[in-house]
Amino acid sequence: MEMFDNLLLGFQVALSLQNLAYCFLGVFVGTAIGVLPGIGPLVTIAMLLPITFNLAPVPSLIMLAGIYYGAQYGGSTTSILVNLPGETAAVVTCLDGYQMARQGRAGPALAIAAIGSFTAGCVGTLLIGLFGPPLAEVALKFGASEYFSLMLMALIAAACLASGDMVKSLAMVFLGLLFGIIGTDVNSGMARFSFGVAELTDGIGFTVVAVGLFAIAEIVRNLERTEQHEVFTGKVKNLMPTLADLKVCAFPIMRGTLVGSFFGALPGTGPSISAFCTYMLEKKIAKDPSIFGKGAIQGVAAPESANNAAAQTAFIPTLTLGIPGSATMALMLGALTIQGIAPGPQVMTQNPELFWGLIASMWIGNLMLVVLNLPLVGLWVKLLKIPYRWLFPSIVMFCAIGNFSINNSPMDVYLCGIAGILGYTFSKLECEPAPLILGFVLGPLMEENLRRALLISRGDPTVFFTRPISLGFMLASILILVVMVIPAIRQKKEQAYAEGGG
Amino acid sequence: MKLDLRYNKDFLAGLLMLAIGGGGMFMALDYPFGSSLRMGPGYFPRVLASIIILFGVFVLIRGLRTQERVNGPWGFKPLAFIVASLWTFGWTMEHAGLLPSLAAMFFIAAAAGSQFNWKEVAILTVFMSIFAVLVFVKGIGLPYPLVGGF
Repeated sequence: MEMFDNLLLGFQVALSLQNLAYCFLGVFVGTAIGVLPGIGPLVTIAMLLPITFNLAPVPSLIMLAGIYYGAQYGGSTTSILVNLPGETAAVVTCLDGYQMARQGRAGPALAIAAIGSFTAGCVGTLLIGLFGPPLAEVALKFGASEYFSLMLMALIAAACLASGDMVKSLAMVFLGLLFGIIGTDVNSGMARFSFGVAELTDGIGFTVVAVGLFAIAEIVRNLERTEQHEVFTGKVKNLMPTLADLKVCAFPIMRGTLVGSFFGALPGTGPSISAFCTYMLEKKIAKDPSIFGKGAIQGVAAPESANNAAAQTAFIPTLTLGIPGSATMALMLGALTIQGIAPGPQVMTQNPELFWGLIASMWIGNLMLVVLNLPLVGLWVKLLKIPYRWLFPSIVMFCAIGNFSINNSPMDVYLCGIAGILGYTFSKLECEPAPLILGFVLGPLMEENLRRALLISRGDPTVFFTRPISLGFMLASILILVVMVIPAIRQKKEQAYAEGGG
Repeated sequence: MKLDLRYNKDFLAGLLMLAIGGGGMFMALDYPFGSSLRMGPGYFPRVLASIIILFGVFVLIRGLRTQERVNGPWGFKPLAFIVASLWTFGWTMEHAGLLPSLAAMFFIAAAAGSQFNWKEVAILTVFMSIFAVLVFVKGIGLPYPLVGGF
C-alpha cells in the first residue's frame, strides 16, 4: 500500500530525536501561549511564527504543527476553566466544559477533550494519507480559471458559514482582498496603495495583520470592560474520566470526527462550523437534550473532536491545492513560502519527506498532548491564575517583538498598531475579521489567476463557466450563496450560533 | 427615540466600508485600468473598491433602518494606550535598543488597564525583560542590542 509507505516515510522523519524535540517544544510553547485568555490558535501561531524562521524547513514546520495543536488544546483549557473562548470554535466547548468545571469535573472535561482530539487526529491523519495524493493529482490539472473559481468558493464559504452577519462578512472578504493587493503589482511593477512608504511596496506581512486584528483588538476589548472574569480557583483533580464517561462519549467522538473531517476538507469552512454543527447534532439525537449546557460530557467531547478533525483535514486542501482553507492554514502556507517552498500539488512529489513528515508529526503532536500535557494541567491552571493586568502587557510584548523580528524593522510594528485600531473597530461593529484575513491572503493569488485566465481566454469571462471543474466550483459558490439567502436556512445557522452563544 | 449615530452599529460599519472603498477607488483611479484581456494594475482594485462601496451603501442604509446599538462602550483609552505602546516600542527599538524599548512599552501598555501600580509594573518589566533577553536574544539569536540604536 502506497499510503502506508508514505506514512512510514513520514514517521521516519518525524521520529528523529531532533524533530521530536521540536515537536515537543512546539506543543509546549503553543499550549503555554494558547492557554492565555483571549488568545486562540491563530494568534498563537502568528506570534510564534518568527521563532521558527531560523530552523530548517522540516523541523520548522514540525514545530509549527506542534504549536498549532498545542495552541488549540490550550484554547480548550481556557474555555473549560475560565469560560473564555480564544476563538469561535472554542465557544461551543465553553458551554458544557465550563459547567463541568464548576461542578468539580474540570479534570474529566480536559481529559475527554484531549482524548477526543487525539481520536479525531488519528482519523484525520489517515484521511490525509488516503485523499492527499489523488487530490494532488487532480490539482495538477488545474489551470488559472479553476484556481480562481476555487478561491472564490472558499471565500464565499468562509463568509457565509462564519458566525455573524453574512452581508458584513462578505464585505470583509472584499476588504481583505483589497488590503491583500497592497504592494507592487507583479505584472506592471507598479506600487499600489503604498502611500509612498518604501516598506509597503513589499506588501503587508500576514502576521502583522493577524496579530493586529485578533490579539491587539482582543486585548482592548478585554480592557474596555472593567468587570472581572470568574476564574476557576479549585484544584484540578481526578483527571481521568470514568468508564461511564468514556462510554457516553464514544459515539459523540466518532460523529464529531466525521462531521469535522468533512468540513475541514472543504476549503473555506473549518473548525468553527464543524464544532457548532456537531453540538447541534448531538443535542438533536440525544435522548435527553436538556442536559446540554449543564455540564454534559458529550457536549465537550463531540465539538472538541470535530474541531480537531477539521483542523487536521484542513491540511488536505492546503497542502495539495496550495489554497489555504482558513486563516490558520494561510499562516502555515506562509511559513512554507518563507522556507522557500512554493505551496501547491508539487510539494508532495518534490518534498515527500517534508509533506509526510509534517503529517506524521501532527499525529505525534496529538499524542504528546495526551501523554505530556494532561500531567501538566496544573501548570496551565497556574498560568490562568495570573491576573490580567500582568498578562496583557506581556502579550503586547510578544506581539511587538514578534512583529519587529520579521524584517527587523519598526514598520511592521507600526502597521500592527494600525491593524489593531481597525481590528478593534471591526469587532465593535460586529464585522468578522476571519473572512478578511482569508481574503487578505488570497488577494494577490486571485488577481494573478483572474488575469491569467482572462489572458488565456482572450478576455472572455465565460471561461469560468465553460471549463467543467471551474463550473463546478462556480455552481457550488452560487449554491452556497442562494442557500444562505433562504430565510429558513439562515435562521437555522443563526440559531446554531445563538445556541453556542457565539 | 433615534439612536445616536455614533453608536449605530451598521451605520458605522457601512461608513467605514465606504471610506475604505472610496479611498481605494480614489487611489486606484491613478493606476491604468487595462482591459479584460490585459488587466492593468488598476483593474482588480477598482472592481474590488466598487463592490466594497456597494456593500457600504447597503449596510449603512440598513443601519439607519434597524437602529442596532454597538455593544458596550467605546474603549478609546485602552486602544490609544495599547497602540501607543506598540508604536513607541517600534521607534525606540530603532533608536535606543531592546531594554529601553521594553520598559517604555510595558509602562505605556500597563496604563491602558484600570489598575496601575508603579511598583508592580516595574517588577513585571524587569521580569519580562529578563525573559525576553533569554528567549529572544540568547535563545533564538535575534540580533538586537540591549541598549543603543541599530
